[in-house]
Amino acid sequence: MKNIRYLFVGIVFGLALTKGEAISWYRIQEMFRFESFHMFGIFMTAVPVGAISIFLFKKWKVKTLDGEPIESPTKNFHPGIIIGSLIFGVGWALTGACPGPLYAQIGSGSTVTIITLLAALFGTWSFGKIQRWLPGHQ
Amino acid sequence: MDLLYKPWPWFIAGPVIGLTVPLLLWIGNKRLGISSTLRHICAACLPSKIPLFNYHWKSEIWSFFFAAGLVMGGMIGGWIFANPNPVAISSKTVEYFSSLGITQQTGLMPEGIYTWQTLLSGKGFLLMIGGGFCVGFGTRYAQGCTSGHGILGLSALQWPSLIATVSFFIGGILFAHFVLPHILLL
Repeated sequence: MKNIRYLFVGIVFGLALTKGEAISWYRIQEMFRFESFHMFGIFMTAVPVGAISIFLFKKWKVKTLDGEPIESPTKNFHPGIIIGSLIFGVGWALTGACPGPLYAQIGSGSTVTIITLLAALFGTWSFGKIQRWLPGHQ
Repeated sequence: MDLLYKPWPWFIAGPVIGLTVPLLLWIGNKRLGISSTLRHICAACLPSKIPLFNYHWKSEIWSFFFAAGLVMGGMIGGWIFANPNPVAISSKTVEYFSSLGITQQTGLMPEGIYTWQTLLSGKGFLLMIGGGFCVGFGTRYAQGCTSGHGILGLSALQWPSLIATVSFFIGGILFAHFVLPHILLL
């Protein structure tokens, strides 16, 4: 089972989100009100660590565990990114969670977040359903 | 033992979160991203001939393992070794909460707001079901969330991810300042 590896990385990621309190509703409200450096500190350290790693992978032409060349991630722009991101920002303020923390909150014992996750699934599904009538989608 | 229960400062949590980016790339050319798991679940459970959900989702099974790990990480950090003290938010935020009648308890979520009992009240419905819907709809529209754009995309120096991340914050900041207090007072 090669996929077990991803379970372990998920545990590390979930643990860091939880112990870093990035899944805390209180921290998210505090962040949106600019009343503490905590959440911004998390972003401002996570991103350089990721960026330096990707840079070194490229420089040293690092291969994956299975010997494949590592593909550099790319993101294409389309106007839907702005509209969708604004809608997501509203959801983030309402729930105090982005998709990763939704999973971790459920694990931390907030069972009602299962309903929030189901609502998020319904949101994703609804987007797929009406996508072709929306502006700026790809 | 006390260390296990303590929350991590930002300069520990941030770098560990950042390290998941190279870790996923190295162990299998995978890109950090959580909102895509929502898409894969839709594709697996209810594709309904919708183009967005008709693809070979079985090649994305790794992301279900990753999401299961997230739940377990939350369980270890937030339940088994739960911080016995309230989240140490700033005194300004505490004041703001008390002006809304919210007294902070221990735990990561405010008691009495996000519960099964409040789910069917207008307030609970807006916060959990309305909020959840916006998270799922918005992240798919934006093709990424805080992890896919905010961490991975920015790490890979992708400018569309910078626009996305700035827009997440604009949406969240405006809403948290001008609308959310009214909902919390319902």
